[in-house]
Amino acid sequence: MTIAERPNHDLAVPLDESDGAALDLEPTRDEIRGKRRRVRATTLDDRLELAGSALSALCVIGLIYGHLLPLNGALGFLVLWYLAFVGIYAVVVSVSNPRPIVIDRLVTATLLIASVIVVAALASAVIYTFVKGWQALTNVRFLTHDMSAISPTAPLSQGGILHAIVGTLIEIAIAIAISLPLGLATAVYLSEVGGRFANIVRTVIEAMTALPEILAGLFIYVVMVVGLGFPKSGFSVSVAMSVTMIPIIARTSEVALRIVPSGLREASNALGGTEWRTTMRVVLPTASAGLATALILSIARGIGETAIPLLVSGASSFMNTNPFSNPMNSLPLFIYDAYVTHEPIAIERAFGAASVLLIMVLGLFVVLRLLTRDRKGTR
Amino acid sequence: MTSTRTTDVEFDSVAHSAALETVPAGRLEAVDVSAWFGSHLVLKNVSLSMPAAEVTALIGPSGCGKSTFLRILNRMHETIPGAQLAGEVFLDDQEIYDPTQRVTSIRKRIGMVFQKPNPFPAMSIAENVTAGLTLSNTKVNKAEREEIIETCLQRAGLWNEVKDRLGKAGSALSGGQQQRLCIARALAIQPEILLMDEPCSALDPASTNKVEETIAELAGEVTIVIVTHNMQQARRVSERTAFFLSEQGGPGEIVESGLTVDVFGSPSDPRTEDYVEGRFG
Amino acid sequence: MTTVSVAPSDEDLAPRLLSPGLERSDRIYHGVALGVGLGVLVLMGAIGVFLGIQSIPTLKHYGFGFFTTAQWQPELDHIGIASVLIGTIEVATVAIVVAFPLALLFALFITEVAPRRVKSWLVSSVDLMAAVPSIIYGLWGFFFMMPHAILLSRWLSQYMGWFPLFKVNTDPNAATWQQSSYTSSAFIAGLAVAMMAIPLACAVMRGVFDQAPIAEREAALALSGTRFGVIRTVVLPFGRGGIVGGTMLALGRALGETAAVLIIISPAYGIKFRILEAGQQTISALIAGNFGNATSSQLSALLTAGFVLFLITLGVNTAAAVVIRRSRSGAGTEL
Repeated sequence: MTIAERPNHDLAVPLDESDGAALDLEPTRDEIRGKRRRVRATTLDDRLELAGSALSALCVIGLIYGHLLPLNGALGFLVLWYLAFVGIYAVVVSVSNPRPIVIDRLVTATLLIASVIVVAALASAVIYTFVKGWQALTNVRFLTHDMSAISPTAPLSQGGILHAIVGTLIEIAIAIAISLPLGLATAVYLSEVGGRFANIVRTVIEAMTALPEILAGLFIYVVMVVGLGFPKSGFSVSVAMSVTMIPIIARTSEVALRIVPSGLREASNALGGTEWRTTMRVVLPTASAGLATALILSIARGIGETAIPLLVSGASSFMNTNPFSNPMNSLPLFIYDAYVTHEPIAIERAFGAASVLLIMVLGLFVVLRLLTRDRKGTR
Repeated sequence: MTSTRTTDVEFDSVAHSAALETVPAGRLEAVDVSAWFGSHLVLKNVSLSMPAAEVTALIGPSGCGKSTFLRILNRMHETIPGAQLAGEVFLDDQEIYDPTQRVTSIRKRIGMVFQKPNPFPAMSIAENVTAGLTLSNTKVNKAEREEIIETCLQRAGLWNEVKDRLGKAGSALSGGQQQRLCIARALAIQPEILLMDEPCSALDPASTNKVEETIAELAGEVTIVIVTHNMQQARRVSERTAFFLSEQGGPGEIVESGLTVDVFGSPSDPRTEDYVEGRFG
Repeated sequence: MTTVSVAPSDEDLAPRLLSPGLERSDRIYHGVALGVGLGVLVLMGAIGVFLGIQSIPTLKHYGFGFFTTAQWQPELDHIGIASVLIGTIEVATVAIVVAFPLALLFALFITEVAPRRVKSWLVSSVDLMAAVPSIIYGLWGFFFMMPHAILLSRWLSQYMGWFPLFKVNTDPNAATWQQSSYTSSAFIAGLAVAMMAIPLACAVMRGVFDQAPIAEREAALALSGTRFGVIRTVVLPFGRGGIVGGTMLALGRALGETAAVLIIISPAYGIKFRILEAGQQTISALIAGNFGNATSSQLSALLTAGFVLFLITLGVNTAAAVVIRRSRSGAGTEL
């Protein structure tokens, strides 16, 4: 998955969005004899047809739903509305348009509706989390205290998730410290150094991006905790996180490095630079936006993992800043642990923690958008 | 100079009729056409008559808007984000940018062959030829379909070379053959006008010859507007010529247009004379 | 006066030997890079090997019945993965069946229909959807989506109950129907997992559609093609590899999903094909739920189950990579 913007091949995009009247067109108007044309892909008729069909379908279904049809629930209503809309729209469009246009309009409408469904699902997940977590978040203590000596069923004004927040931050920091150098070095190896083993390494890395996090956690649990006697701790979580993060960093960074034009490397070599200096001074800085993307993607993945802390750490209720001893709680683990109690108050806390987690992820994405847009501006 | 048309076959079509009777060649008229990419003016006040059933050549140095003008004639200009235009273009007596006109209908009547051959790789040669029929949802039965494929490939001068491998992929041909396939494909929907954007510039001399032969055979049946860098080619194939020029990165304009013999033989404008004599460009 | 060059005879022509040789700093650099690369390779390979080796004690203890037993009763030490294997496939299948059309249509909308200004926002929303932690989808699925989805389950079991997968062990037509028979089913879990499958498939498909050659698009437009005509003749044939590969990658993800399944599904063991009915289990949820109380041989069993899951996801993802790379669109696609 890549976040880097792709070249714009908008051949089917209508002209109407670039409003000529707003642009400063050269030369002055009086030199141009022809009349300016506004070209639209859709006429007023087209848009009225669309709106009218949707509206009439809504009315029809609204009237008969629940009364004539033995159905209830929002889902059924939406499905029937869609079907009625398709039927009505098809008839309306075919009155004044040939068949290819009718099919095209129906397909476009379907694409639009599918997109609305997906975006609505995402929005509902995000909004629902914040709405349910709001109660917990409004308590000042929620973000500044931990849950030591506080029962899960205690009211929201008592206790907080500070230990989980700190745990997540510490764990991801250590994980970054481990996986960033290793992942980056692997990417440099694959892209800049290469050699006989490069293909095998690349294949295995690719295979490892598919590793489900539960297996990474299980591996570390059996090897480190059971086998080597490491305690269930924040450090074990970081190691397991690195197992999932390294392949992501390596893969995405390799792509970012490959995109750097070879001409730059040649120029650097021609100026007498060693390969090492070329990589450090020329290639890596040029690819920095892509590398930052790789890092941010892997961080987003890491902080959201639940199965790993579930296996190799424990849902403690007290603050622990030592990653090497004692279980360290983290946001996903706290959420799961609270959920399992099935106590309403605990679940509200869980949603509060989920909101904090979501804010972290959203924050990462804002940073990412700023980074990639910034680069585009200066290029 | 006209090739023989095959016997008339009637279609049984639904919304769009496309009977294989002779479609009369159309007349194009551009009036004060100007074009912008974003806010940058690339064509200024271009007016040109392209009479029916004649071949009109557009010549001039690179970058002076000939291709842009051509793409305005079949409404491909607007597919580019940020493109703007002014002026009018008349096909017979219909203004093609009129809001009541459907762009797909215009493109059915004004076909285009591009500079770089672009057959559809996922389709066979036969499917490529009839791609336009599929896209415009024109219904034809099997016999008619085969008729069309053969006719169009004949007119494009490709039939003998591919008649035994119509099922092979459209991309498995040489460059010249691909271009002739694209010509056949454009002809299959029976346009009144055929626009050709430097159709031979990516081809070797032998293929160029064949394409020019095709143009010669089509002349008189279809109106052709061809952009070309090759002045000898313009002299060979066209009855009329328009000379485009842009001064120092400014917008392109028509300096002179008229009968080919006149533009080349006795140009009025010194710039035209300089260009056709090869002193620049 | 001009000079005429005399060419030496061919025997005189011989290439000079060039020995570039690396500087010392570069030799170290190469060595370190190679070392890290191989180290990572070894680490990753060790995981696979380690999981695989566990199957030896497992088979020794439980025999081949391990693969056919459908129960998981650790107290009686009567365990097998037949049930969870089926459950994993069920949940993943539901997720893909839901995700595939939505991802495909959304990807086409982004590349073919969306106006330029909106397009980058939509692309970001797809990436955001992929980054949302799965536990959040689990919570959302359980508390928000499930009450609505069980209505759909009931409708399916009512009107399509003749289809064996959709049967439920209760009377859907009863006036007060039993909600608990429909909650926490493989179907509902699959719907939540779909939220993670959609962005993955959509991102790959979108990347591929964006690369459909403009020349072909223009050819289709010039032949009087509509937007759908361009999609049909150019974009979809070109993007075939991305469509299949992207879906398979999403399948791989769905097979390994843990958190959302843990939250939604109520564990139940037994060969069950009724996806609408409450109770099912997947391999990942099995591991997560049972690792704490496992005896050493049960731990090996869990590892073996994990190994089976690993092989399946590895196979699916490798096949996806091959499909994508082999296709026309594969050349420039980054996964």
